[in-house]
Amino acid sequence: MIEVQNLTKQYGAKKAVDSLTFTVNDGEILGFLGPNGAGKSTTMNMLTGYISSTSGKALINGVDILDDPINAKKNIGYLPEIPPLYLDMTVKDYLNFVYDLKKCKIPRKAHLEDVCGLVKITDVYERIIRNLSKGYKQRVGLAQALIGNPPILILDEPTVGLDPKQIIEIRTLIKKLGKKHTVILSSHILPEIQAVCDRVIIINKGKIAADDTTENLTKNITTDYRLIARIDGAREEVLKTIKGISGVISVSADMEREKGVYDYEIETKEDADIRRELFKRVAARNWIILGLKSSEMTLEDIFLKITMDDSFELKMKKSSGYKAETASADEEKSSAEENSGKTADENSKEAEE
Amino acid sequence: MGAIFRRELKAYFTSPIAYIFITVFYLYTATYFVNYNVYYGLTDMSYVFQCAFNILMILLPLLTMRLFTEEKRQKTDQCLLTAPVNLFSVVMGKFLAATCVFLCAIAVYAVYAVVLFGLSGYLAWATVIGNLAALVMLGASFIAIGLFVSAMTESQVVAAIISFIIIMFFFMIDMLSGIVQVEWLRTVMVSLGFYSRYAEFSTGLFSVPNIIFFVSIIFIFNFLTVRALEKRRWA
Repeated sequence: MIEVQNLTKQYGAKKAVDSLTFTVNDGEILGFLGPNGAGKSTTMNMLTGYISSTSGKALINGVDILDDPINAKKNIGYLPEIPPLYLDMTVKDYLNFVYDLKKCKIPRKAHLEDVCGLVKITDVYERIIRNLSKGYKQRVGLAQALIGNPPILILDEPTVGLDPKQIIEIRTLIKKLGKKHTVILSSHILPEIQAVCDRVIIINKGKIAADDTTENLTKNITTDYRLIARIDGAREEVLKTIKGISGVISVSADMEREKGVYDYEIETKEDADIRRELFKRVAARNWIILGLKSSEMTLEDIFLKITMDDSFELKMKKSSGYKAETASADEEKSSAEENSGKTADENSKEAEE
Repeated sequence: MGAIFRRELKAYFTSPIAYIFITVFYLYTATYFVNYNVYYGLTDMSYVFQCAFNILMILLPLLTMRLFTEEKRQKTDQCLLTAPVNLFSVVMGKFLAATCVFLCAIAVYAVYAVVLFGLSGYLAWATVIGNLAALVMLGASFIAIGLFVSAMTESQVVAAIISFIIIMFFFMIDMLSGIVQVEWLRTVMVSLGFYSRYAEFSTGLFSVPNIIFFVSIIFIFNFLTVRALEKRRWA
């Protein structure tokens, strides 16, 4: 559990991070999203005790990182933006060094084998880090963070510079880790956050611009509600029928998809849900709905809106259901506990491989 | 501390730096030893001990220059400073590793002493041991200074040059005291001089205040190193 209260970092007159307040619950995967220079890395460096905050507090499992750094740091595994690797060491020496540095109590050999199996670096275990590819270096960095099984993982742009296959592997791994650890992940890549995280904090210019689940973000922020229905039926008739449904503001058909099949873009009032009514009316005329989807804003749209437009930020803050979010995070936690036994088996199986 | 010490020591011996350091030190001091003790037949090793000052002034900054600069440049300090260890043990680990390499170098004095004893059949062992103790203190002081400077900059070259300048300052200061008219300032300058304090040992005088002086220098600079690392976090 990480509690951050009014965390601020000031460099001269510039506030790199401006009174951030948020909580990360156990077993949650939190995404930090923001353009370059938004303060993501600075925040992470403060959480891990690498740099100190100008003001504010960061509690790691209830321990203040500035008051009792050693006990706070015991709970954290940190992968900085650039993996902190000693290039002249072998992977084996390096991981043993980190093991000693963190004063681990877990049996050494088995633990290192577990970690290497988990991040799939067993085949480069004896090699010198300098000669490894970027993807392997990143994974050794991740292994370093995992040593000692810290309950909290802080990963700063873990997939930067990797090829698509490696990115997917690392993402899968992070999701897996999220079942046993609390994870904070930063990225400026939106699909990544969407794929991995339960909750997103969007940071812009050192401030929190949004704090919500990925779903809620895409759902709540849509200012106008849009549906796209693909219907097999006479075009003009269909248009007329849809217009007749209450709550519909406008409807338009675009190009013919198949013979007699069009996509109809329907704009409705904000709280109107016309899907059932639409189905009934279309079915009554013996037309067929081939597809129906709400054209939500993608996270990308939201991100751009939030980071470009300051007025949007205020509206966002109001709509974010933070209280509801905490409850759902607890559910996640309990389900994570159920899964943890299974994942441990999986891990050891992989280690054997 | 142990982990950092072992890693640092291994790094010294996997790179050429420790070997170069030790070889140059051996060659330089051996020249003096062969000249004064073997060739001229002096049974007094004071020249061999005195010459170490000059060469260490140049060599030790080269040994310490990468200790913290490389960590910063490779961002590996993020690993050290976010690990559950305190800064003091990080600094001590590095200090002791460099000191260990230095001890490997000066171990050659034991060989010189034995050779000299074999040649002449006589040796003032107490003086030699006292001198060695002084040499250890002197080298450790230089290392503490170099370590401090390496925590202040990101460039190895700058670190080496600045450490050399600081050591030079402590070397020169009591020589410069002659031109100072102010009494108290002269006293301060004389008492800060490394060389006269070190050279005193080679006259066969084991002086406890001098040992305390060097221990204080070591302590102060290691303390400053911790503060320098601490300050960087607050910057």
